[in-house]
Amino acid sequence: MMASSYNAKEDGHVTVPGGGTIQNKKPDNTAFKQQRLPAWQPILTAGTVLPAFFVIGLIFIPIGIGLYVTSNNIKEFEIDYTGTDMSSPCFNCSQSFSWNSTRPCTCALPFSLEQPFESNVFMYYGLSNFYQNHRRYVKSRDDSQLNGDTTSLMNPSKECEPYARNEKMPIAPCGAIANSMFNDTLDLYYIDPNGTRIQIPLMKKGIAWWTDKHVKFRNPGGNPNLTSAFQGTTKPINWRKPVYELDTDAENNGFINEDFIVWMRTAALPTFRKLYRIIQKKNNMTPTLPRGNYTLEVTYNYPVRSFEGRKRVILSTISWMGGKNPFLGIAYITVGSVCFFLGVVLLIIHHKYGSRNNTADIPN
Amino acid sequence: MPWRTTAATALTRRSTTTSLQCTVGVMYSLERPVQGRSSCSKDRLGRKRRTVVSSLTEDEELTEILKSYSSNKVTTTKYSFLSFIPKNLFEQLHRFANIYFIFLAALNFVPVVNAFQPEISIIPILLVLAVTAVKDLWEDYRKHKSDKFINGLVCEIYSRKQQMYVDQRWQDVHVGDFVRLSCNEIIPADMLLLYSSDPHGVCYIETANLDGETNLKQRQVVRDLPRQGSELTPENFHSRIECENPNNDLSRFRGFMEYPSKARVGLHNNNLLLRSCTIRNTETVIGIVVYAGHETKAMKNNNGPRYKRSKLERRLNVDVLWSVVLLVIMCLTAAIGHGLWLRNLKDTSFLIPDTTSPALSGFYLFWTMIIVLQVLIPISLYVSIEIVKLCQIFFIQNDVDFYNEYMDSRIQCRALNITEDLGQIQYVFSDKTGTLTENKMVFRRCTIAGVEYPHEENARRLEVYEEDEAMGCSHTLKSRASAKSLSCKSLSCNRSSVSLHTLTGHSEGEESPSPTLPRHSAFSSPMEKDIVPDPFLVQKLNCLSSPLFLLRDASMELTYIVDFFMALAICNTVVVSSPNQPRHVVEVPEVSRTPLKSLEDIKMLFQRFGLPRFSTLSSPHTTESPRSFTRRLFSRGKAASFTPSPSPTPTKLGTEPDGEPNLEASILSIRPGLDGVPGEDGDQGYEEEGERGSWKGEEDKMLHLNPGAWSGLENSNGGEGPPSEPRADELIYEAESPDEAALVHAARAYRCTLQGRSLERLLVELPGMGSLAVRLLHILPFDSSRKRMSVVVRHPLTNQVVVYTKGADSVIMDLAESPKGAEQSDGRQGHIREQTQKHLDNYAREGLRTLCIAKKVLEEEEYEIWLKRHAFAETSIENREELLLESAQRLETNLTLLGATGIVDRLQEEVPETIEALQRAGVKVWVLTGDKQETAINIACACKLLRTTDQLLTANCDSKEACKALLLELRAEVERGEAAEGTSGFTLVVDGRTLDFALQEDLKGDFLELSRRCRAVVCCRSTPLQKSHVVQLVRDQLRVMTLAIGDGANDVSMIQVADVGIGISGQEGMQAVMSSDFAISRFKHLRKLLLVHGHWCYTRLANMILYFFYKNVMYVNLLFWYQFFCGFSGSVMTNSWVLIFFNLLFTSAPPLLYGILDKDVSADTLIKLPELYKSGQNSKAYLPSTFWLTMLDALYQSLVCFFIPYFAYAGSDADMLSFGSPINASALLIILLHQVIESRTLTWLHVLVLVGSALFYFSFTLVFSVVCVTCSPPTNPLGVDKLQMSQPLFYGVCALTTVLALLPRFLFHALRNSISPSDTLKAALMDQLNPDNYCRRMQHWNQTQAQSKARGLIINVEDLDIKIPDFILPKELKECRAATGSVLS
Repeated sequence: MMASSYNAKEDGHVTVPGGGTIQNKKPDNTAFKQQRLPAWQPILTAGTVLPAFFVIGLIFIPIGIGLYVTSNNIKEFEIDYTGTDMSSPCFNCSQSFSWNSTRPCTCALPFSLEQPFESNVFMYYGLSNFYQNHRRYVKSRDDSQLNGDTTSLMNPSKECEPYARNEKMPIAPCGAIANSMFNDTLDLYYIDPNGTRIQIPLMKKGIAWWTDKHVKFRNPGGNPNLTSAFQGTTKPINWRKPVYELDTDAENNGFINEDFIVWMRTAALPTFRKLYRIIQKKNNMTPTLPRGNYTLEVTYNYPVRSFEGRKRVILSTISWMGGKNPFLGIAYITVGSVCFFLGVVLLIIHHKYGSRNNTADIPN
Repeated sequence: MPWRTTAATALTRRSTTTSLQCTVGVMYSLERPVQGRSSCSKDRLGRKRRTVVSSLTEDEELTEILKSYSSNKVTTTKYSFLSFIPKNLFEQLHRFANIYFIFLAALNFVPVVNAFQPEISIIPILLVLAVTAVKDLWEDYRKHKSDKFINGLVCEIYSRKQQMYVDQRWQDVHVGDFVRLSCNEIIPADMLLLYSSDPHGVCYIETANLDGETNLKQRQVVRDLPRQGSELTPENFHSRIECENPNNDLSRFRGFMEYPSKARVGLHNNNLLLRSCTIRNTETVIGIVVYAGHETKAMKNNNGPRYKRSKLERRLNVDVLWSVVLLVIMCLTAAIGHGLWLRNLKDTSFLIPDTTSPALSGFYLFWTMIIVLQVLIPISLYVSIEIVKLCQIFFIQNDVDFYNEYMDSRIQCRALNITEDLGQIQYVFSDKTGTLTENKMVFRRCTIAGVEYPHEENARRLEVYEEDEAMGCSHTLKSRASAKSLSCKSLSCNRSSVSLHTLTGHSEGEESPSPTLPRHSAFSSPMEKDIVPDPFLVQKLNCLSSPLFLLRDASMELTYIVDFFMALAICNTVVVSSPNQPRHVVEVPEVSRTPLKSLEDIKMLFQRFGLPRFSTLSSPHTTESPRSFTRRLFSRGKAASFTPSPSPTPTKLGTEPDGEPNLEASILSIRPGLDGVPGEDGDQGYEEEGERGSWKGEEDKMLHLNPGAWSGLENSNGGEGPPSEPRADELIYEAESPDEAALVHAARAYRCTLQGRSLERLLVELPGMGSLAVRLLHILPFDSSRKRMSVVVRHPLTNQVVVYTKGADSVIMDLAESPKGAEQSDGRQGHIREQTQKHLDNYAREGLRTLCIAKKVLEEEEYEIWLKRHAFAETSIENREELLLESAQRLETNLTLLGATGIVDRLQEEVPETIEALQRAGVKVWVLTGDKQETAINIACACKLLRTTDQLLTANCDSKEACKALLLELRAEVERGEAAEGTSGFTLVVDGRTLDFALQEDLKGDFLELSRRCRAVVCCRSTPLQKSHVVQLVRDQLRVMTLAIGDGANDVSMIQVADVGIGISGQEGMQAVMSSDFAISRFKHLRKLLLVHGHWCYTRLANMILYFFYKNVMYVNLLFWYQFFCGFSGSVMTNSWVLIFFNLLFTSAPPLLYGILDKDVSADTLIKLPELYKSGQNSKAYLPSTFWLTMLDALYQSLVCFFIPYFAYAGSDADMLSFGSPINASALLIILLHQVIESRTLTWLHVLVLVGSALFYFSFTLVFSVVCVTCSPPTNPLGVDKLQMSQPLFYGVCALTTVLALLPRFLFHALRNSISPSDTLKAALMDQLNPDNYCRRMQHWNQTQAQSKARGLIINVEDLDIKIPDFILPKELKECRAATGSVLS
């Protein structure tokens, strides 16, 4: 009797007085349980994929052409100022180097632009063979410290080692990335056809990402006086001046200095460029950079020769696709053409074999 | 004295002792003999046996022993509340993959090598562990619930405190406790039966919960136990029980009980009540618990679901190893690269100065890279495979096609992880009886004393049934079903049907054995019951009471006939019950026990008449006069009238010298039987008057000869008939095997009715003699080595000890070979043997199962001698089985052959179609049977295993040398045949003896070579062991996937050996099902199981595994390529969370769905075109080449996916994460779209999951890039993806990358499918056609397939009937074809 009561409550069976159960175990005849869900069965044959190839070809080729043209319209000028050649004006500066030399070395590189740069010009510095993506280098920073956390300011993260402290004083900003910050100063002069040098105004704001400048990087404390905010910390070993003296503008000083922020965003590849300044278009009448002769004046501080690095300055306009890069356009055109060609091949194959599939004759 | 009291107090169970009990305890302890204790402690040291005494004992040592046995509380759960976490972790850590990932996680905590934040790297392993733990927890919880329920069941235990039986929970039952159970209660623990309310000391149990067998089994109170008039008093029980230690053998129990008087009595299985069985038919039983809880046989047998490793998984593991190799290569490359790169660098501003040498850094980097590239080894794959398999099992179990309406059962999947093996089967080994055939045995014909009785009417009747069932929804079935439900309702006692599942705490995932109700009359459907007797045989039997019977020679035949039917009726273990009380065994009424004893003269007559020996029998027909014979007949008439009831009338009749009334009386006893047969058949639809006419005519003739009979009949019917006669038709026989039931029913058709059975007596009604009580002395049960069973009875008429034996013809024929004192009888017996053999051969050719019936009369002294040794065997504890076997063999010698029976076992429905489909699918079907060669060939023919175009090769030889020669010769023949046109294949038929030789080490190569070339092999006369040897040989030597299917205990070993074991839950208990991986109810289900589910499971899983490898390689390589641009420093261009989640979350669901739902070809087409199965057999979906091709594709895709963004962003101001963002996004798109290309079906579920995954990725990264301000250094994603996704370049790169990456595979599929489509694809194309075209195409396909197979023979696909010219037909086949045409299908 205990067993039958069990039957009733445990199995949910309907127990008839006689003791038998009238529930049966027949599975539900539903589409899901019987695996008969309505389904689309894509079978890839020459006939069915044909249109896809043509469509891809037809879409990709115009896109490619558009990209290629866009890229070609971008004006870009690049000048290497590493100074490895004896002939280079910066040769001397590149030879005598120490991070802590007090006497700045300057050199001037003349160049000329064949074509005027019409819209806003972005001025980049480029480094080559510089592995900013090295795993241990990338790690060597303290995001909390940079976000203005005062505890992290005084106690930098372990990841910053060995650039966390200098003689017991916490380093602000700590870590290898900050320590190796690019510190050349670049100035651009336009040589008037008359021979006068006109310094081109360079915007140093707006070069960093908005989120970085306003969210990710913050100066410690609410203290507008950065000197006291960074009290008790010391500058990175390679730096000439502490972080609160990077700029005179309070909005661009300390951790929120945009040059610093740009540097801290580690580049993906060992050859990279970083935005240095923006040359804004004055008006529609005159080009931002008219054709003619220019001089690049470099305050040469940053050593790259030890690892066979190169330093460049790049002047470039940009488009909706970013900087000048013909690769994507060419790639699109190529892929589009290949697809189109394959489409034709498939058409032939379809004519040759496709008809066979339509007859009742199925070869074994 | 005081110390004794305290000891007793301390040792009393459950510390509920009171002072009153203490005093009782003291008394007992004083009574106990001291020696008993010392001897028991001796035994205890050996620990080979278990000692059980009453738990009421005061002996502290014994109490200690009892305490050491486990209690009846069962916990099938693996974990307890506290132990779950440590234990589950420990179990999971046994898996290699988990260890690997924990190692990686730990590695990440080592500062010099760490790649990510330590927290992140433990997420994957935590997730995997958690998912597994939750699964385990859930399973365990379900077990816990069922355990709790079972432990909480209540039973009555004797309590010393209250001096009575009190209700206790099962978990409080302990060894040595006395348990009282009443009818229909479930037995809580293994106990020794000490008392039964039944006067004979028996009780009946139903073991359905244990093994699914629904027939009642008789259990018996321990012998020589002092019989108490009232219930047993536990206080007075001082015997000591010694029995073997707990084991899992359900059919064996050995031990002895030692009474206080030092007398010992043997205990065996018959005395043991097993846990989870149900008491039936007995009011009260009392037993002492000997095994409790986990030590019970039921629990020992409960070993949960089976774990096998599938072929695909073995292959998978190889490829996982390849992945490891790949990983090591990649890491080594990076390590060496890093070392070289460092060496070339001098003073740099971006390197953190340290003193480690480049070589050491390289070494560190190796480990870093292992962490970075860990995803290459697919951990989640193992979890995913488990999930997919569970879902596949869900679908298989829910397939409505596997539902058996009659038994209300679905398919049971007992092994959870070999679903895909179903799709790769190459060899099927099938049992015959019960697997290919119904195992519904129907008596068909018999031969007695060398005379054949063809039973034509019976044959016609069977055909009628067959037609009925062929019509599908036959009314026979319906009426049967309604009868079934009726009987359900009429069940008086509320049957408890707690399934085995719950009682033994079975793990879930398997169905409980089907509700026992529908099966309770399993062996007694009308078809099996209503046997139409052969008129000639009836005539001869009637002679027993007919005055016309004068032929003397026939009289000897008559003794044979009577003995034959007597043997049919009693040589079995059939339990008789009546339908109004289905579970109540009809006992032998006390009154009818000894009516004959007083009638000395009759006894004398029968002694003479019924003597089996021809030495005495051969003389009468020369000496006896016709007159004396008539007198004898008359006296027999007297006997008949006496026996029905011991009322005063028979005495009167018996003393009357006149013959007339006696004759009437004897006719009377015939009537009910005659009446019964047609009466019951009335509603079963074979009322062909013409057919019954002849039988009726016979009857009429007989009645006509006895004009007074009718009146007499009417009179006496009113007067004395009722008690026994109407009952005869309503008896229900519950037999352990269907053969037995068939034979008992056959005997009943001839009015030799088994009317009741008790432990010591059988009640048999014989024609013309009424009910006779037969003293049952012994039953020597059937076993497969003896292949026979015997009963030893004291013959009711002659009072001699007679052995009736029934068994396989081969053994009985041998045993009947040399009658020792057979000078005169030799001729006669020889003739009978010769004739019987001839008939047996005929039967076998007809496909009938044959059994021989023999008897032997024992001299009293002979019996005494045997009895002594047998008693010794029965009581011995060590090797009792061997002794019993030997004892049985000693008895079963010098038998007198009585006759043989032929039993029809019809083929199950759709067996030929299934076998044909399997063969078309390239599966080789072997039939392994214990039956005779002719029977086996016949069945093979009937089920189309043997086609008429096949050439039959038979191998029967007596010596190894002959066997070797034969094998070589046959092989040569096969080679000749293969060269010649005309035959479609060869079928090898091997008999058991030849198989023995062929399986030997030096011949098995030849045997395999021969059998490999045959389309089918039939092994007949094979033992269970041989079956498993054959399977093992084929599996190991040919390295093929094997499947064994069977229904009986004799198939268990074969089922266990095969890669996939399938049990048929049919008529013969559940042993096969319990040991199988899948249990189906009909053979025909095999077709869909293999062709559809097997195919699907295999292709799905194979594709999913390949996809997993592809996915991991593709993604990991992206990280690897980056190493070339970051100085091999182990940097990643992705946020570490995204990196970790990429595999675990963003791309994990689609492959699962792919593995569960993908469907390359529809089920219909798969069934119709079995050839499609071959792709799985040849592992087409997962070849090593496929694997490497996939790897190559993954490599290509990763190259595209990395280098297009690389060139697009080269030299730009992109930072690491901005560079990684389009790479990740396009990788995701590629991976998801790759699956779309690979998928054969896309349902809304696919769309949902695919789109969901993509959306999940994009929203996750977007949200993450907004909210994560300082988190996840050094790969803080703040603003990155937000900015990237606002730039057109991002989309331009993603689009190009995705298209270019998928192009080759897309093209490859299109080209392959157009130029050389696979069969599967062609079938899939057919699925898309409209129905008309589909049918046309299907036919065409089948025709071309058949043509290529049969090499030009025309096969009509419609009815699958092979039309071939007759000249190819071998002789045997022609015969068997004719025979099957008429009898079988």
